[in-house]
Amino acid sequence: MYDVAIIGAGVIGTAIARELTKYKANVVILERGHDVSVGTTKANSGIVHSGYDAPFESNKGRFNAKGNEMYEKVCKELDVPFHRIGSLVCAFEDDDLETLEKLKINGEKLGIPGLKIIDQATVRAMEPNISDTVISALYAPTAGITEPWALAVAYAENAMDNGASLMLDFEVKTIEKSNGGYKISSADINIEAKYVVNCGGVYADEIYKLIDPTSSMEIQPIKGQYYLLDKNCGSLVNHVVFPCPSKLGKGTLVVPTVDGNLLVGPDSELLATSEKEAVDTEKERLDYVRTLASKLIKDIPYRETVTTFSGLRADPKSGDFILEESSCDGFFNAAGIKSPGLSCAPAIGTYMADLLALKGGFEENPLFNPIRRANIKMSHMTDEEKNILIQKDPRYGRIICRCEMITEGEIVDVIHRNAGGRTVNGIKRRARPGAGRCQGGFCSPRVLEILAREMKSDMRDIYLEGRDSKILMGLTKSSDKEVI
Amino acid sequence: MDYEIVVIGGGPAGLAAAIEAKQKGVSSILIIERDRELGGILQQCIHNGFGLHVFKEELTGPEYAERFINELKDEGIDYMLDTMVLELSKDRTITAMNGKNGLMHIKAKAIILAMGCRERTRGAISIPGTRPAGVFSAGTAQRYLNMEGYIVGKRVVILGSGDIGLIMARRMILEGAKVLAVAEVMPFSGGLMRNIVQCLDDFDIPLLLSHTVTEIKGNGRVEGVVISKVDENLKPIPGTEISYDCDTLLLSVGLIPENELSREAGILIDKSTNGPIVNEAMETSISGIFACGNVVHVHDLVDFVTAESRRAGSHAAEYVLGSVEVDKEGLATIPGDGISYIVPQKIRSENLSDKVTFFMRVNKTFSNVSLVVKSGDHVVREFKRKHLAPGEMESIELEKEVIEAMGLESLTIEVRKEA
Repeated sequence: MYDVAIIGAGVIGTAIARELTKYKANVVILERGHDVSVGTTKANSGIVHSGYDAPFESNKGRFNAKGNEMYEKVCKELDVPFHRIGSLVCAFEDDDLETLEKLKINGEKLGIPGLKIIDQATVRAMEPNISDTVISALYAPTAGITEPWALAVAYAENAMDNGASLMLDFEVKTIEKSNGGYKISSADINIEAKYVVNCGGVYADEIYKLIDPTSSMEIQPIKGQYYLLDKNCGSLVNHVVFPCPSKLGKGTLVVPTVDGNLLVGPDSELLATSEKEAVDTEKERLDYVRTLASKLIKDIPYRETVTTFSGLRADPKSGDFILEESSCDGFFNAAGIKSPGLSCAPAIGTYMADLLALKGGFEENPLFNPIRRANIKMSHMTDEEKNILIQKDPRYGRIICRCEMITEGEIVDVIHRNAGGRTVNGIKRRARPGAGRCQGGFCSPRVLEILAREMKSDMRDIYLEGRDSKILMGLTKSSDKEVI
Repeated sequence: MDYEIVVIGGGPAGLAAAIEAKQKGVSSILIIERDRELGGILQQCIHNGFGLHVFKEELTGPEYAERFINELKDEGIDYMLDTMVLELSKDRTITAMNGKNGLMHIKAKAIILAMGCRERTRGAISIPGTRPAGVFSAGTAQRYLNMEGYIVGKRVVILGSGDIGLIMARRMILEGAKVLAVAEVMPFSGGLMRNIVQCLDDFDIPLLLSHTVTEIKGNGRVEGVVISKVDENLKPIPGTEISYDCDTLLLSVGLIPENELSREAGILIDKSTNGPIVNEAMETSISGIFACGNVVHVHDLVDFVTAESRRAGSHAAEYVLGSVEVDKEGLATIPGDGISYIVPQKIRSENLSDKVTFFMRVNKTFSNVSLVVKSGDHVVREFKRKHLAPGEMESIELEKEVIEAMGLESLTIEVRKEA
């Protein structure tokens, strides 16, 4: 029997798992996808908010400032990119000026440092491409950007390095009380755990209702669609640029990514609870994103679009994050974690882990190692460092992804780590091939070859993402490969 | 490591340029190739039709490449495989990397850029829908089929009637797949007429002109696509959507010359071609750096790539051997009405031997027109043409004296409809 089973390997589930391994607890992460981080964590803005707009006395308020503060340390330990570039909330008219004031006051109440209302000239100096209609802005120096899936992967890897287990392709079907704990079953496997943490994202309500059908928890999916633009556009903006927030959320923004691309979006579209798989993009909504974004930044060069994508926010009908032990003893929920969920993740991780440790009387784990072995990034190394590595392993001299300059050695490395990549998208998330402007056109045959070789399987069995996404469909008539 | 000439890219352009430079007297030449063999994209083009002009034969891609690879080896020209160029500097130092030698800094007296091009992606044209497996650019699918030996799908829709899409339509059918349709957003096809006939007509594959894919469906794998008609502004017309049940979408939606290295080195790029601005010697805006083949502008026929690359190789050799004396900018060639681009973009008449050929593409189809060469407002020459199409590169020739007579006036080429 495990001490803790965590349902969902997004950034929240993996953060909690890693923080739990600071205690002597036997942890298992159960993820229905074929990789970690394939839900909301895969498709969002990657922003670590300052936290000035979170309602005071709410979980969002409590955890945003704290989470934001924790980011440098966590990202250093886990070797995840994090750039504290600051943010601007832009005002277009007088009503907005009032909003900026309110946000500043709220932020100061929450202890957010450095908030400043700046005038038009200053905004223009900070953001030369800002729209002419912006009259003022609230500057928040502590806002930053990170790579959300990289953080989840790193949390998962570090958790596993410290003894946690990960079970992929585990879709929870039933949960029952059993032997003083819980029995969680997928279609073909049962596991037992004393405590459960439900980090099920858009499905958290349905998961909780498996054990408490009377629950009133309701999670609604709110879809957001994005454009990702080429790296040559990354310097169009220097900060996270927002409009004034509205009832729908923080608004459509323009932000650089940690890799130097430009992200434009999202819109905000409330879907029905039956539409929790609706991660398709739609032309009308993408056009709408353009209209909204044009209010903020002039002349966004959409002809430099690398890809478009969409993600679902897990919006709790009750309004705030649900972070607590439920009315079922030992069953915890970390649910409804929409924006600023990513910003809060490190703080939610420690909070929930400590709650569980208290509940379970877990002792500290003296063997806990917070450091994840750094990612190998050839493109960031000096010539000497490159040559030393290539001498040791010539695969580090063979470039597979020409758009991002990623070598075979780097790909092999991310396959074999704990919580490693085993799909084309898994490699893309961890090492970048396929994320560049050719979108895998050049590198994917080579990535498939490497995956098949390293996993001792066949190229025909390699998935793009989930287990229904094979890329190749058989052999050509004159193929020299074996029939399987 | 020093060479007199370094050629970046060992495809048809790089091969022809290197051989020509050697034959013009340069002994120290290196080709740097990122793939595991020479030949570039030709290695995956197993259909024939290559070499009708150069060899007066109809060869397959690999056969055409083999002729040059053999000649390269006979000439004793050095080459490195599995080697990627990371950086190119203005002072003609190349940084490259492979597993055997690690990181290398190679100095060259002259450089010939022959990096070819990449394919435009689904993401770049923002086709809405889900992001399942089964969406391939046509060239990537071609690589899987022809070099790795795997089929990529069984029920196929193709977007784009450029040559790669047409060739892959036939290729998929020959492997037993069903090709349901080729959709083309323009009102005319982008490929060579012979490919329309031999790949679509001969196999009864419907060509849907003025149509495009407006949605991709399917969770893990493609389950279908939606094709809509477009209006004269290429915008989808609501109500014209038709769903196709398929497991594969191939995209042949344009080629983009791969000039990341060129841009980073500060070489000036022509926005219409996405390739370097070159003069009659195929020299870029940086003295001693030449370019040829698809990296300059996307070609239809490899035979013209070979001719252009031989010119580049020859001029690079002259440059290295010190026999070029021309310093001036020369006059600019300006695409007029109906013309998308002209290569070369600059002409120095002093450097011409007797004739110069201008290559261009029109921006739509024309019938019974004249290509009019003007110097300022003055008409210099006219060339009658029965039929012009964007998918078929056009060329005209002018004598050196004609260019010289233009002085410093620019040269414009435009399409004029005949009455």
